[in-house]
Amino acid sequence: MGAPEMDEPSFSGSELDYHVKNALKAVIQGDCDFYNQLVAVIHHKERLVAEEVALLVTCLKAVAGAVSCIHIIHHRSLLAGIFGMSLWDYGTDVMDALVELLISLASSSGEFVDLCLETLVINFIPPSSAPYFMELLKQPRGLSKKNQVLDRVHATLGDIRNVVPLSPLRLEKIVRDRMPNIYTKEPFIVMYVENMLRLESGSMGELVGSTMLVSIVDRLIELDVELAWDEILQDDFHKGIFDMELEDLEGHVDYTEQDCNEHTRDALIQRFFSGNLVAEKLDSLMVLTFEHLKSCSESGRLVQVFETLLQSFQKTILTAYKSKFAQFIVFYGCSLDPENCGKMFGSLLVNIFVSSLNPEWRMSAVAYLASYLARSKFVSIPFVATMLDSMVNWCFLYSKNQKQGGDINPKAHKVFYAGCQATMYVLCFRMRQMLALPQLNSQLLFMRIEDILGHSLKPLQVCLPSIVDEFMRLAKANHVFSTPPSFSNDCPLESEHSRAFGGTERLDMFFPFDPCLLRKCDRFIRPNYVYWSMVRSTYDDDDDEEEEGSSDEDDAEVNIENGMSIPHDGSGRSYDEGNFDVDEFNYSLDKMSITPRDSSHKFGGRIQRHMQMPSRIRPSMSPESL
Amino acid sequence: MEGLKECVANLVVYLHPSKAKCPNEAILTELSSMLFTYNETFEGVVLAYDPGNCSNLAKILPGIHPYFGVKLTARILLFNPKPDMLLEGEVVKITPHSIHAVVLGFSAAVIADEDIRGEFKYKSKHGKEVYVSKSHKKHKIKVGTILRFVVKSFDEEILHLSGSLLADHSGCARWLDKNSDKWSQADRF
Repeated sequence: MGAPEMDEPSFSGSELDYHVKNALKAVIQGDCDFYNQLVAVIHHKERLVAEEVALLVTCLKAVAGAVSCIHIIHHRSLLAGIFGMSLWDYGTDVMDALVELLISLASSSGEFVDLCLETLVINFIPPSSAPYFMELLKQPRGLSKKNQVLDRVHATLGDIRNVVPLSPLRLEKIVRDRMPNIYTKEPFIVMYVENMLRLESGSMGELVGSTMLVSIVDRLIELDVELAWDEILQDDFHKGIFDMELEDLEGHVDYTEQDCNEHTRDALIQRFFSGNLVAEKLDSLMVLTFEHLKSCSESGRLVQVFETLLQSFQKTILTAYKSKFAQFIVFYGCSLDPENCGKMFGSLLVNIFVSSLNPEWRMSAVAYLASYLARSKFVSIPFVATMLDSMVNWCFLYSKNQKQGGDINPKAHKVFYAGCQATMYVLCFRMRQMLALPQLNSQLLFMRIEDILGHSLKPLQVCLPSIVDEFMRLAKANHVFSTPPSFSNDCPLESEHSRAFGGTERLDMFFPFDPCLLRKCDRFIRPNYVYWSMVRSTYDDDDDEEEEGSSDEDDAEVNIENGMSIPHDGSGRSYDEGNFDVDEFNYSLDKMSITPRDSSHKFGGRIQRHMQMPSRIRPSMSPESL
Repeated sequence: MEGLKECVANLVVYLHPSKAKCPNEAILTELSSMLFTYNETFEGVVLAYDPGNCSNLAKILPGIHPYFGVKLTARILLFNPKPDMLLEGEVVKITPHSIHAVVLGFSAAVIADEDIRGEFKYKSKHGKEVYVSKSHKKHKIKVGTILRFVVKSFDEEILHLSGSLLADHSGCARWLDKNSDKWSQADRF
C-alpha cells in the first residue's frame, strides 16, 4: 500500500498529539480508524519519499507524546510496528524520532522496558533480512551508517538507564541471550561483540561489563572447542606444524624444512584458514578482545577488567579440556601489566594447583602455570623463581608424605607428576636465566628439586620423556642437579608409565601457551612471546660441537630478533628479509607445539624422539601401545 | 516518606553441601540474591539485611541432593509501596508529557501528564525544562528536584512506579515543607 493519507496535514504539533491520544483511547472503545492509519504509517518501510519520511517522523513524535495512553494489549499492532523497526533501514531523522519514542516507552511503564531494550540490542547488527548491509559496510558510506546507528543505540541505552536505573540488569540478560551463536557469519558475530565491548567500556560498564566479558570468553571457548585437533592435523600438516620444538636439536628440523618449504607451507596455511571459518571467527574475536584490553590498559582500568577475565578463565578456560587458543587473551592481559595482572595470574594458578579439589583442574592449572612462566617474555625471573619454589615445595611435601619405597603409580599421583613435569618444563626455558643471577642461582639450588626427582615415585620415568631428556641435558651442561642413580639416559624414553600418567586425556601433554596458530592474533602475542629457538640458542651443548651455532649471548640477541630462526640450521635464516614477518610467522606455525601428536603408534621405534601431538585421543592402553 | 519498613524474619536457608565449609559466606550470598528484587513472601523489595543469629544446627534434607537447611533470624529492610502512599524521589527527566523520577536510587517513577494537576504548567527555557505552578510561582519542578508524589501503581517485576501529582500535598518536597501553610490552606477550601 502507498503512504496512507493522514487527514488534515495542517495539524499543529500539539493538535496531532491530541488526535493521536484520542485515537489510542478510541481503540479501547472499538474505534480503530485513525489508529489503523497510524499503524500503517509505521509499518510502511519500502522506499519512503521525503513526505512519507516526514509523516513517519511526525507520527513517531506524536506517539512518543502519547505513550501514557499505550496499552500493551490493546495496541499490540502499533507496538509490533514500533519494535519491528530497524534503525538500519532509515535516515537519521527517523532514527532520532524512533529512539526518542523508545526512551519514552521504556520510561512510561515497566512492561515496555524489556521490549525497548531488546529492540535496541537487535540493532547491534544490521537486519539479517538485508544482507547487502554487510557489503555496504566495506565502504565509507556503510561505515558512517554504522556509526550513526550504533552511536544512537548506545546513547539511547544510556538515556534509558538514567530514567530506569534497573534497566542494566535487564540489558545484560538480553545481550547475553541474543548473542549470536558460533555458527553465525563472522561479520555479524564480530559486530555484536564490538557492541558488547563498547557497553563494557561505556558508562554502564561497571554494571554490565563483567557479564559482557564472561559471555565473550564463553563464546571464545565454544569456538575453540569447535576447532578439533583432527581438523588441523590434516594431510601434510602432520609433517610440519606439530613437531615438537624441543626436538629441533636432533636435526629433525632439517627434515621438516626440506619437506615443507615456504611455499607449500604458505599454501597449507592458506588452505587451513580459508576452509576453516571457525578459526577465522575465533581469530577476529580474539583480536577484538586484545584491542579492548589494550584500550582498557590505556585508560587505566585493566586490572579491574582483568579480574573479571581471571574469574572467567577459572570457570571456563581452565576447565575446558585442552583449550587451544582462547587462553591467549589472559596471556595478552598479563603482558600489558606484568606487575599486577601477570602476578595475579601466576598466583591464581599456583593456588589452584596447591589447593583445588579437582585433580584434573590442578593438573591443568600447573600446565598453564608452566607454560605461562616459560613462554612469557615479560615475566621477571625472580617471579618465575617464586612460582617455581611454590610448585617444588608442594611436590616435595607431597613426596615426603608418601611412604619411601612407594612405587611408580602414574594414576594415583598424577598431580604430583604434573607438578614435576611443570617444574622441569619451566627450567628447560628458564634455567639459564636463573643461574645467571647469583641470588636466584642459590635459591634454585636450595629448592628440593633433586629430592623430588630422585624420589621413589620416580617422576623422571613418568613425565614426558622429551622434557625429561631436555631437562637432563641442561642440568648436565650447567652442572646442576645430579641425576638420580635410578635414571640413565639410555632407558627407553617413553615407558608405559609415562603414557599412563596422562591417562586417556593425556593432560600431561598439555602446554597451553604453545605458539598461537591464529594469524591475526600473532602480532599481539609475538612481541611478548618466548620461542623455544630463542631459549635454545642461549646455550649450546657440547654434543653439538660440529654444528656451527655458537652459544654466546650476542647470538641470542640476534636470535631473539629473528624470532624463530634456528642457529644451527642455515635455512632458518635464509628467509627473504623483506617478507620477514610472514615468513617468520609461517615458520613458527611449523614449530607450533611441544604439545605432541599421539606417539603411541610410533612406540618402540627410534623415531620416538620426535614427540607428536595426539591427533586422536586414545586410551593409553590401546593395543598399539602395548 | 512512606513505603519503608523494617521487619524481623525467621528464615531457613538451604545450602548446597559444597558450601558446608563456610556456611556464613554462603548464607550471605543467599541473602544477597534477594536484594533489589520483589519478594512475595515479604511482600516487598528487600533493600538491606542484617543476618543476625544463625542457629548452630543444620538439618539435612532427605532427597536426592543432601542440601542442608540453616535456621536464622534476620532483620530486613523492605520497600513495599502501595497505592496512595506518599513517596519521594529525585527528578531525572522532564518532558512536556511526563515527569520521571528515581526513588531510592533504583526504582523508576513516572508521572504522566494526566496525573499532573492543572496547576503545573510545562515550560522550556534555554533548553531547561521545568513545571511551574501557576498559583505559586516559586513552586517549581525541574531536574534534580526531590519530588513528593502519590503512588498509583507498582510494577513488581521491574520495580517501576507510576505516580500522581493530583493531590495538593504532592510536588516539590522542599517547597511543600517550607510553605505548608499555603497548600494546607488550599486544601481547606
